[in-house]
Amino acid sequence: MEILGLYNYWVFAILLMIGFYAVIAKRNLVKKLIGLSLFQAAVFLLYITMGKVDGGTAPIFSGTGDAIFSNPLPQVLILTAIVVGISTTALGLGIVVRLKEEYGSIEEHEIQEIDEQ
Amino acid sequence: MNALVDHFPALQVVVPMLMAPLVVLLRPRGLAWAACTMASVLTFAIAIQLVQGVLVGGPTSYLMGSWPAPYGIELKVDAFSALLLLVVTGASVFALVGGRESLDGQIEAGRQPYFYAAWLLALAGLSGIVVAADAFNIFVFMEISSLASYVLIAGGPDRRALPSVFKYLIMGTIGATFYLIGVGLIYMMTGTLNLGDMELRIQAVADQRPILAAAGFITVGLALKAAIFPLHVWLPNSYTYAPHMVTAFLAACATKVSLYILLRFDFFVFQGNLEGHALQFTFYLMPVAILGILVGSAVAMFENNIKRLLAFSSIAQIGYIILGASFVTVAGLTAGIVHIFNHALAKGALFLAVALFATVAGGLRLDDLKGIARRMPWTFGAFVIAALSLIGVPGTAGFVSKWYLITAAMELGTWGLPLVALILVSSLMAVVYIWRIVEAACFGEAPYEPAAPASVPPLLVVTLWLTAAANIYFGLVPELPLTLSGDAAADLLGHLP
Repeated sequence: MEILGLYNYWVFAILLMIGFYAVIAKRNLVKKLIGLSLFQAAVFLLYITMGKVDGGTAPIFSGTGDAIFSNPLPQVLILTAIVVGISTTALGLGIVVRLKEEYGSIEEHEIQEIDEQ
Repeated sequence: MNALVDHFPALQVVVPMLMAPLVVLLRPRGLAWAACTMASVLTFAIAIQLVQGVLVGGPTSYLMGSWPAPYGIELKVDAFSALLLLVVTGASVFALVGGRESLDGQIEAGRQPYFYAAWLLALAGLSGIVVAADAFNIFVFMEISSLASYVLIAGGPDRRALPSVFKYLIMGTIGATFYLIGVGLIYMMTGTLNLGDMELRIQAVADQRPILAAAGFITVGLALKAAIFPLHVWLPNSYTYAPHMVTAFLAACATKVSLYILLRFDFFVFQGNLEGHALQFTFYLMPVAILGILVGSAVAMFENNIKRLLAFSSIAQIGYIILGASFVTVAGLTAGIVHIFNHALAKGALFLAVALFATVAGGLRLDDLKGIARRMPWTFGAFVIAALSLIGVPGTAGFVSKWYLITAAMELGTWGLPLVALILVSSLMAVVYIWRIVEAACFGEAPYEPAAPASVPPLLVVTLWLTAAANIYFGLVPELPLTLSGDAAADLLGHLP
């Protein structure tokens, strides 16, 4: 039960590592960016998970006073972090487009070879 | 007027941030530059006011929208952040005032408004990190400044900037995400994001393992952002291929701001609360600092492009700052923090001089710079003064921080002696790499005869000499940075039990 109870955290760790692996191992720049997005998405999951309270509902005051609420703050934080993540991905893709225009390639090692010539 | 003064910590960020979208609209030639410079000068004036306020009245805290601290967003200006504000806004002003012609030459006219908007956003982000007292706000400001500086670095004419900025983007984002994971783990255990509140609540946490993991994530993430060896690989190429003025601006302050959060987190939040943290901090960062100093200086000794050479020297200088901090003593921290200021002065001036060389020389390899001293003696004079400050010759700002660093190392007893030797050896290495530039510039034969004397932007020469003069001034009268860093160090270490 202990392991199943931590299901979300396992997904967080595995997703984080898949993303990290893609960033490090892939030579294609777009694939690297996909890895980076996964890496960031994993952290979103960490935040959302920790805000969840067992049996908690959305924190909207209903007047009864005895309802259990989930913590809304991590969700608000992640809303901001998602915006940051999108901007980063967009800028990264923009740079990839410029790289393709200048070098004619989006493979890391090919760009490196062109630069070394 | 008084009411306005109270809002200075917020205005520090708001002025450049609101100016950025306006600058995009300013199409006529030169207007975007003028507006950007004006906003920058304004933030510099605010920073000076804040420094005076801190010197007279101690730290001030500002409550956003008057919401009380742990619930609302707090901005805080103490000695440490005031010093950093001075560095950030000062670097921006000097690079902008002197840099108009240089930037005109490197940025297409049609894209200039966007470029200056990105500059202001970077300035707003960097100042925001320094004034924020809230872990998540720091993350957001960090990303604002990083995204803007990626744009700045990629804005130049050199296409090699693109692969390097892509690398910077990947590594910078990983660093920031690591920081975010760390903050998340702390939030999980304490339920707060306010740094002051966090410090108090961590003490009450029974199971410290998540906090320990958080300390690891935050330290490594910020070390990536601060380009601490061996996480520095994004820095040399980014600095080399960026527009010259961007290099002058970012080299003076961008990595320093990440170091600032690193020190603030490790000392303010973790140090007194985690068992054995001081020891872990020392044993993790001191070897890294020593290696950074040696490797950075050694690579600089063999580098041929002057911008790359200075970038590797930056990695060594970051090592000095970390070395001072890793002593975990007031003297060591003071030395590290004062070196943040002094290195910004020296490196800023050096890169301004490089921008001037670029107006005349064909390229920036040492071969291209042969005989440059005879062609632009004034610029070269200022370059040498800043270089002496980088080496740490008495009478310059660099000497003050090196002196304090050596004194702090001596205080450690017998095992401080090898460190003193290390500092002396690395200073000699700095002499070697600076001498290579001087040798080429003074004694080399110019590779070709210039057809006509190139026009040298006069404002840039003036700002260069101002920064060079500041290097001497703060070498002879180091009270201001020393008082601020002494206060900052005492404040950071005051949290030790």
